[in-house]
Amino acid sequence: MSQLSAPHVQPIPLRSLAWWALAVPALLLLAYLVTFDQGAISQAGDYLHELMHDGRHLLGVPCH
Amino acid sequence: MIRSLFVRGLLAGIIAGLAAGAFAFFAGEPHIDAAIALEEAAAGHTHAEAPLVSRSGQVGGLFLATALYGMAVGGLFGLAFALVRGRVGPRSGSALAVGLAAAGFVAVVLVPFVKYPANPPAVGDPETIGSRTSLYLVAVAIGLLAAAAAAVAHRIFEVNGEPVRWLATGLGFLLPVAAAWIFLPAVSEVPEGFPADLLWDFRVSSLGTQVVLWGVLGVSYAYLLYRSERVAGVAVPA
Repeated sequence: MSQLSAPHVQPIPLRSLAWWALAVPALLLLAYLVTFDQGAISQAGDYLHELMHDGRHLLGVPCH
Repeated sequence: MIRSLFVRGLLAGIIAGLAAGAFAFFAGEPHIDAAIALEEAAAGHTHAEAPLVSRSGQVGGLFLATALYGMAVGGLFGLAFALVRGRVGPRSGSALAVGLAAAGFVAVVLVPFVKYPANPPAVGDPETIGSRTSLYLVAVAIGLLAAAAAAVAHRIFEVNGEPVRWLATGLGFLLPVAAAWIFLPAVSEVPEGFPADLLWDFRVSSLGTQVVLWGVLGVSYAYLLYRSERVAGVAVPA
């Protein structure tokens, strides 16, 4: 396994990754809108909630 | 560099989400329909007003939901790939993509699923949705932290030889996960008389949907990565 380890690929410096960490909350918000918005937190979520109902059940997140 | 790793993640995620939607459509929808039929029979057909979204609209929404969810997961996957490459895991980009997808599936899906499995409509008390959602998110967080602990252990124990290293990696993951499975509160809200085979079939189809999503994500990310590196003329370790 040791030749499978990665000493030769240069890691991307954390400093340049830090900017991209700003995308993480946006992506989490998108995942949140799909999976958890129940209309309880945002009323606009009601329609989204009903529309994506089956997807949420089958993706395995709590519902109802 | 990071941008292309990220954009490939979004793209692979949409592909994976659509594939998972197709699987869910054929494998999962029949069970949802059966559960809704039971729910309505129990309620005695009291749905006087039209629902906000029709059943066929909800089936179309299935693909929208899995594609958007896939896109979000894919974007996060692309950034995670940029973070771990060269730090932990295989040198080959393809092997790292598939391995990272497998690890992500275990951490984000399998760890919560074992404790709080998916439920069809008609299962679950609406009164407890808040606490069930919180517990579910705690389980996801523990899965992610355990995966991170395993990765850190894998790096720290590199000098101690392969057996010690893999033992530390395995324990780093399993100890927090097993403790969470034991100590997190149980949720048991299956109504009296709900068919066991329907519950089982639904749960298997739900887990299958996530297997397809993460499997296609890893493989298509590996393919997009390989293709772009070949185009760029970079020597690609197979």
